[in-house]
Amino acid sequence: MTTPILSLNNVSKSFGPIDVLHDISLSLHAGEVLCLLGDNGAGKSTLIKTLSGVHQPTSGTIEMDGAPVRFDNPRMASEKGIATVHQFGGTFPLMSIGRSFFVGVEPTKGWGPFKVYDRKRANEIAVKAVRDFGITRIEDGDRLVGGLSGGERQSLAIARAVHFGARVLILDEPTAALGVKQATHVLRIVNEAKRRGLAVIFITHQVMHAMAVGDHFAVLIRGAIAADFRKGEKTREEITDLMAGGASMASLEAEIEGYMASHDGHPPQMARM
Amino acid sequence: MTSDVSRQTAAAVAPPTLSIGALLRRPEAGAFLGLVAVLIFFVVFGGIAFLKPAGMASWLNVAANLGVIAIPVGLLMIAGELDISVGAMVPFGAMTVAVISGHYGLPIWIGIAVALSFGVIIGLVNGYMVIRTAVPSLIVTLGSLFAVQGIVLGLTVLITKSTSVALTVEGPAKALFGDFFFGGQLQVMVIWWLLFTAAYVFFVHLSPKGNWIFAMGGDKVSARNAGIPTDRMTILLFVLSSTSAAFVGMCQAILYNSAQVAGGQSFIFNSIISVVVGGVLLTGGFGSVVGIFFGTITFAIVNQGIYYTDFDRNWSALIIGVLLLLAVLMNNTFRKMALSYSPKKK
Repeated sequence: MTTPILSLNNVSKSFGPIDVLHDISLSLHAGEVLCLLGDNGAGKSTLIKTLSGVHQPTSGTIEMDGAPVRFDNPRMASEKGIATVHQFGGTFPLMSIGRSFFVGVEPTKGWGPFKVYDRKRANEIAVKAVRDFGITRIEDGDRLVGGLSGGERQSLAIARAVHFGARVLILDEPTAALGVKQATHVLRIVNEAKRRGLAVIFITHQVMHAMAVGDHFAVLIRGAIAADFRKGEKTREEITDLMAGGASMASLEAEIEGYMASHDGHPPQMARM
Repeated sequence: MTSDVSRQTAAAVAPPTLSIGALLRRPEAGAFLGLVAVLIFFVVFGGIAFLKPAGMASWLNVAANLGVIAIPVGLLMIAGELDISVGAMVPFGAMTVAVISGHYGLPIWIGIAVALSFGVIIGLVNGYMVIRTAVPSLIVTLGSLFAVQGIVLGLTVLITKSTSVALTVEGPAKALFGDFFFGGQLQVMVIWWLLFTAAYVFFVHLSPKGNWIFAMGGDKVSARNAGIPTDRMTILLFVLSSTSAAFVGMCQAILYNSAQVAGGQSFIFNSIISVVVGGVLLTGGFGSVVGIFFGTITFAIVNQGIYYTDFDRNWSALIIGVLLLLAVLMNNTFRKMALSYSPKKK
């Protein structure tokens, strides 16, 4: 097998006396989607913050292309090609698409001290980058980011990361706040990123979304990897059970089935959420 | 299919056509309409006297002194910060030049240089405290507002035994910073104001760094992650605002041949009003220099126009208050229009 693009070897992280991550070992290859599943508080956020340079591991090592790396800040991680896209795209709602796409690396034209921001070129590149990901509704780079839908914002942020040379894309619950159709959009973009040979870490607690794009799954429970398996090795029910901490989900299902059996097949009203 | 896509892309990058809708979505739209409304109001109630040279000079002078301070204050607001210490920096700048060049009789250029350096120093202190302590800049600059006021009063009385210091300036410094021209009515500050405005328009809207200010106001963490030196930019903006305020104070001392320890307080609220009327979002991330420019003129016209009407001048504060509320409501509407805008399907 080829060298993984990114691997974690026995990474632990504690904040003072509190251990948040225990002995995490994971590896990620180019063109692969790793789904990181886990309930709230399982340590998913800490793990991605460690990968993106916000936190440094207390012990253990992170390797990229087989060589150990250390990220002192998010800037260093992004220079190595690790890009994190947060739930709401992490973009600037009142800036235009072109301007927010090129924040920090504005294209310029002109000479000497009179270099000016090249709005036309920025808009052109930004719109093309998003459209290449299949978001054809975006045509005008002068539109404000805040006017886009949640899915479009995610797509913009992902397109931006890819355009600036990301090799590892960390998506922090990209579908959590989205409707069904928007979420499908984002999942399609995850597939497109994978097709282009990026390694994607997809954080979610929606098993359906994970199953749709994932090649490799890791379930995190209380800061430790509870399961690490590949596509097709487990069913949706098994994964849900794992996430919820095992038996509790199964017993809830049994309870509901029992209720239905005794009420002519009607599910309990309160089960509708 | 392919040609269809490329045609759509081509349409997307074509320069936006000039339509009323496109103009209304710009941050300065509200400021411009407000200015027009105020002009109509005062023409109806006061005749066109305030548009004749003498009348124009009265509000242009007010606008110029305020505008030089309002633009950097507005840029700070776009970047998500606030600087109210400008209210103390104006008398500080005035008093520094008056004490050095008036009381001690040193050359005027030394007084000017020291006054401006004090502006830079207080700006550095403000900026550094804001980025280091993460205390809201309103509180930090409230502290420095009072601290600087104390320094000005304490030192002036200690050195000169008075709260008012005379200063006589002649020659190029007078002509450059504190003289009248255009028939002895317009202050040279008007020219400085126009020059500064042009420079800020270039810096904010044309140079690539202007983008950083908007990004910082939109989301500071994302901006930092995108590689923007947010700390350095914050300090730079605080230095700009407090140095601009010291500059205005220094010029006023040279113009009026004296400096007082009090005064300058009005610049705090007046600059914030100009900036907000000019379409800058109080929470940052949105606004324009041209908008602030219009907002300043609007404020100055209301402030001075009342003298050309039959109204009692005591009502001018009411008009300014109502104007501010209307401007904010109008700017909110225009901002929503800008947000919800999407091109119609062709």
